[in-house]
Amino acid sequence: MDFSTLIFKAIFLFIILLVTLVVAMYSTYAERKVAAFMQDRNGPNRAGPFGLLQPLADGLKMFMKEEIIPLTANKYLFILGPSIAMTTALLTGVVIPWGDTLTIGDHVYSLQMADLNIGILYVFAMVSIGVYGIMIGGWASNNKYALLGAIRAASQMISYELAMGMSIIALVLTTGSLSLHDIVAQQHGMHWNVFYQPLGFFIFLICAFAETNRAPFDLPECETELIGGYHTEYSSMKLGFYLFAEYVNMFISSAVIATLYFGGYNMPFIDQLGLSSNAVTFIGMAFFFIKIFAFIFLFMWIRWTLPRFRYDQLMNLGWKGLLPLAIFNILATGTYYFFTSLK
Amino acid sequence: MEKLTNRSVVASDKKMTFMERIYVPAILKGMSITITHFFKKKATINYPEEKREFSKVYRGQHVLKRDDEGRERCTACGLCAVACPAEAITMVAAERKPGEENLYREEKYAAVYEINMLRCIYCGDCEDACPKEAIFLTDRIVASQYERMPFVYGKDILVEPTDLRVDISARQTSAVHDFKKNKAFAHNR
Repeated sequence: MDFSTLIFKAIFLFIILLVTLVVAMYSTYAERKVAAFMQDRNGPNRAGPFGLLQPLADGLKMFMKEEIIPLTANKYLFILGPSIAMTTALLTGVVIPWGDTLTIGDHVYSLQMADLNIGILYVFAMVSIGVYGIMIGGWASNNKYALLGAIRAASQMISYELAMGMSIIALVLTTGSLSLHDIVAQQHGMHWNVFYQPLGFFIFLICAFAETNRAPFDLPECETELIGGYHTEYSSMKLGFYLFAEYVNMFISSAVIATLYFGGYNMPFIDQLGLSSNAVTFIGMAFFFIKIFAFIFLFMWIRWTLPRFRYDQLMNLGWKGLLPLAIFNILATGTYYFFTSLK
Repeated sequence: MEKLTNRSVVASDKKMTFMERIYVPAILKGMSITITHFFKKKATINYPEEKREFSKVYRGQHVLKRDDEGRERCTACGLCAVACPAEAITMVAAERKPGEENLYREEKYAAVYEINMLRCIYCGDCEDACPKEAIFLTDRIVASQYERMPFVYGKDILVEPTDLRVDISARQTSAVHDFKKNKAFAHNR
């Protein structure tokens, strides 16, 4: 790796980090607006034009709040919890191909931080470590509600990660690669994986909701039963990190869904326009972000439509519904490819 | 028994059909409902900028009217205090002295006239009882306070300023006049 690539990667990393944070920040705003609109209300509209400064005001409020660490809490783990949640949420963005290649001078740069050949597994690893943020935080709080929330989070994640992994196996059968870069490149034009793996996409989407702890799967923090679940004892910016990590996770999982099933930065009929390669890259990136925002909207839409699952319903759906369905999907995909390869 | 509305649904614990058990049709139906609400007109009234229109006969803060020449109409007869179901009105009568003809319309006037706004139930009975068309309820809202005592409004707040007349034409209609003058009613005999 030569020096210019290094500089480019550093700048690119900074931009991606910034974009992730800003998108997550304005997701909180969008969430409140979407919620309000669906309930025939206006939502935040006092801070700045259309309430656009509301996220800044919220952030400032979080910083200004008194920092409380309960006496009986395990201090180190108590601080470690939100740190892990936030770090892992941000780390996942590294393997996502945000765009095709960018040509500056005679250098060609890839708009992907790291093209790991096991990109999907890396995403899974990071999401799985993210559970530790919730578990450690909930356990270290030394509070029954927090602990219950943490236990729920852990069991929910394990149950839904299985079905998620199974749906990905079927996807890998069709793509033949674990690298996210290759998977996106294969979906050029309109060959989006969602058309080849509709059932897999459906399962993956539901599991993504469960993995990000979003309604209707927000049992770990369910306000009505657990007061706030794993973050009951948290205050100030540590609470802010937990809440913020949820939105970062939402952004990243939207990006992963768009990458895996909706062609990532591929836009249909872009080749016919006869644009330069850099223009194509930028339009592709914009299109990728439109896809991401569409999924973020879907996340919110679902949240403000459905009530929360009961715990046994959640487990039933995960183990008796999605897991067999995912295994069936693998079998069907495998059988199809076995017989087509015979010819 | 006869039903009051046609909205009641018979509850049952029958087994769910397959379509009901996979949730998806119900979820899509719910999502279609929320998305229609997304584009509907908002019910919110942005309060300080927009205000909800008051009813024409809204009963808010009282006013003690002056006549066209700026003299107080109230003669401290005490009928409003008697009519008041909340016993919110108290007054002290006084006799008009020579030279005060431009202040008070008749020989007797209210030296002190107090309404306790916390006791008042804004029923408007004082207005009905008043034979001199002196007291009216208006569409003004009683301002909030931190203490209790400021809610006892004296003449300084209640009497309308001569340069800032309060419009009560919506409440002082000809029908109201008839009601007060018609000898067929017991209260006018």
